[in-house]
Amino acid sequence: MLIYILRRALLMIPTLAIISVLVFTIIELPPGDYFESYVAELEAAGEKVDKSQIEFLKQEYGFDRHPVERYFYWVGGLLQGDLGYSFAYELPVNKIIGDRLFFTILISFLTIIVTWMIAFPIGIYSAMHQYSWSDYGLTFVGLLGIATPNFLLALVMMYLANVWFGTSIGGLMAQEYVNQPWSWGKFVSILEHIWIPVIVIGTAGTAGMIRTLRANLLDELQKQYYRTARAKGLSRTKAVTKYPLRMALNFFVADIGGILPQIVSGAEIVAIVLSLETTGPLLISALQSQDMYLAGSFLMFLALLTVIGVLISDILLAVLDPRIRLAGGRTK
Amino acid sequence: MKPSPLPPPNQPMGHYVNDAPFDPRTIEEMTPAQERVYLASQWRLMWWKFKRHKLAVISALFLGFVYFCVIFAGPIAPYAQDTRHVEHIYAPPQSVHLFDENWNFIGPFVYGYDYKLNMENLKREYTVNTGKIQRLRFFCLGDTYRFWGLIESRFHVMCPAEGEPTFLLGSDRLGRDVLSRIIYGARVSMTIGLVGITVAIILGLFFGGLAGYFGGKVDMVVQRIIEVLQSIPSIPLWLSIAALVPVTWSPLAVYFFITIILGLIDWTGLARAVRSKLFSLREEDYVLAAQLMGASSGRIISRHLVPGFTSHLIAAASLSIPTMILGETALSFLGLGLRAPITSWGVLLQDAQNINVVALYPWLMFPVVPVILVVLAFNFLGDGLRDAADPYK
Repeated sequence: MLIYILRRALLMIPTLAIISVLVFTIIELPPGDYFESYVAELEAAGEKVDKSQIEFLKQEYGFDRHPVERYFYWVGGLLQGDLGYSFAYELPVNKIIGDRLFFTILISFLTIIVTWMIAFPIGIYSAMHQYSWSDYGLTFVGLLGIATPNFLLALVMMYLANVWFGTSIGGLMAQEYVNQPWSWGKFVSILEHIWIPVIVIGTAGTAGMIRTLRANLLDELQKQYYRTARAKGLSRTKAVTKYPLRMALNFFVADIGGILPQIVSGAEIVAIVLSLETTGPLLISALQSQDMYLAGSFLMFLALLTVIGVLISDILLAVLDPRIRLAGGRTK
Repeated sequence: MKPSPLPPPNQPMGHYVNDAPFDPRTIEEMTPAQERVYLASQWRLMWWKFKRHKLAVISALFLGFVYFCVIFAGPIAPYAQDTRHVEHIYAPPQSVHLFDENWNFIGPFVYGYDYKLNMENLKREYTVNTGKIQRLRFFCLGDTYRFWGLIESRFHVMCPAEGEPTFLLGSDRLGRDVLSRIIYGARVSMTIGLVGITVAIILGLFFGGLAGYFGGKVDMVVQRIIEVLQSIPSIPLWLSIAALVPVTWSPLAVYFFITIILGLIDWTGLARAVRSKLFSLREEDYVLAAQLMGASSGRIISRHLVPGFTSHLIAAASLSIPTMILGETALSFLGLGLRAPITSWGVLLQDAQNINVVALYPWLMFPVVPVILVVLAFNFLGDGLRDAADPYK
């Protein structure tokens, strides 16, 4: 088991290395850099630009060097916990990123829990009542969740929450708590706001999970052992929850790996619409102003988040399924 | 009691021969109905199986209709794409009636609006005037448009009454008809998936084929690449790549760039499908038979393997088109995808970006209806195709 976890964790290193190259290439690709757009902006505003100062800044941050050199500089910093410097905010990235990253993780985590809580009973129900009207209905509702663009759903929910519950519009907490230390009021305010993004992001993932669970459970229900259990007089519910459900659970856990990138993606776009204090809105503005260290570190963190999520799902799977555990980490 | 045909215990059984003549072919003879099934080609079997999935058939018809609208957007839309009605800004939708208030049959018509600007809150107020009956005209002459950018025409399937404009789905902030713009927007939104999927299929076939055919180390590398790409959240990735588009690019260039991005990121699923299918098909007896008969690898791939997974590929492709349509909508909504002179459903939804619109002009959210319907239809169609893809199961 330990060997398996070790192997699996080691496999993360090359994956992350490739991702970092990819991320760096993407943020390097646009022509020009932050300083050029900054200078253009200043000149457009009619201000005088001190060329020598810009040159100095460029040298200071290594913009005169070769991209490959800069890549290693950036990665080296990342490894030491130095995420670089945000030009737009004139602050080290570490300072900006902290709280926002926490909220992104919190929302993603809650979303997964909610997705499970909804998908699990519905998936079981659908499988046990295959081709009934309720099965069709639930599948349809699930698909509707996939088909509705997240951002619009977020907008409508935000409006309804305001009309029905009087929740303030946008944000993850009421305005007076932003940038304040933790308090009971802040906690309650966050609880009041967080359910909207969680439900909106969850709708897209739930349908996929219901489908997977239903299909896998249906496969298991065809098998001999289930028939034997039934023939021996076990009630339907008991027979299902006792055996096939455990089998289907494996796929469920394995699905986290697939669903996590989707949830993080959804979280970004919903956060932009709802202007939540998470990574989404900041990422987009960083990308637009070519604030490259900020954007790069954000992308890297999101990727790290998903890679770790996938790792956890793989380990859970190994705990649940002895066949994977005994294979000693060999991937098929 | 009848005597048993069996001999008493410990006695040999008598010899019995049936006198009836024996024709071995009678056993293998099939009824015409069976013969129809057994001799049917693969595609015919698939069609039969597909037909049984009612929702998929309905979805296919619906998508056919939508693509028909895409081709004939000009004549079907009541107005041209950018016709502005300055007098009717943010006009709410009008419903079509057949009978007037006293139940006299008039034919399809709408009630006209009385317009007033509320000077207190500067809100445009439209009130339905049941005295103004505006009969819709059919097969008529209206706004000028260029059919496929080539032929100038004024023919429309439906036009509003003379004099007064009609907005079945309301009008937007420039007084443009939302219905017409949705129909024109379909041209971009519905084709973006097709172009994107072509890119994805080519990449998927290439990499999946590489991995499936060579196996071993090549397979390892391709698998890792796919894993990495799948573990990056797609929307931040799209955002970052879309942010690359220089503002100076022409709309058409942006359109192609966005489709290519969507395709570049979405090929992984297809590549996996191709790879796993190739792996299992390689082991089939008919491939071995072909090898033993001396067929070259090229012939085996093109004649025996490719037809084996085309149907699966089509099914997988139809399931990933909706992701692309939704992706385009999301990107355009955030202002990172297509921009204003182009009309796509995502661009239209940009107008519905803030909460005021939801509260005051909810009809600007109508473009989401075709998005939902099309995505659902593609999902059902894909389901049906996937079931039909393997008719021998």
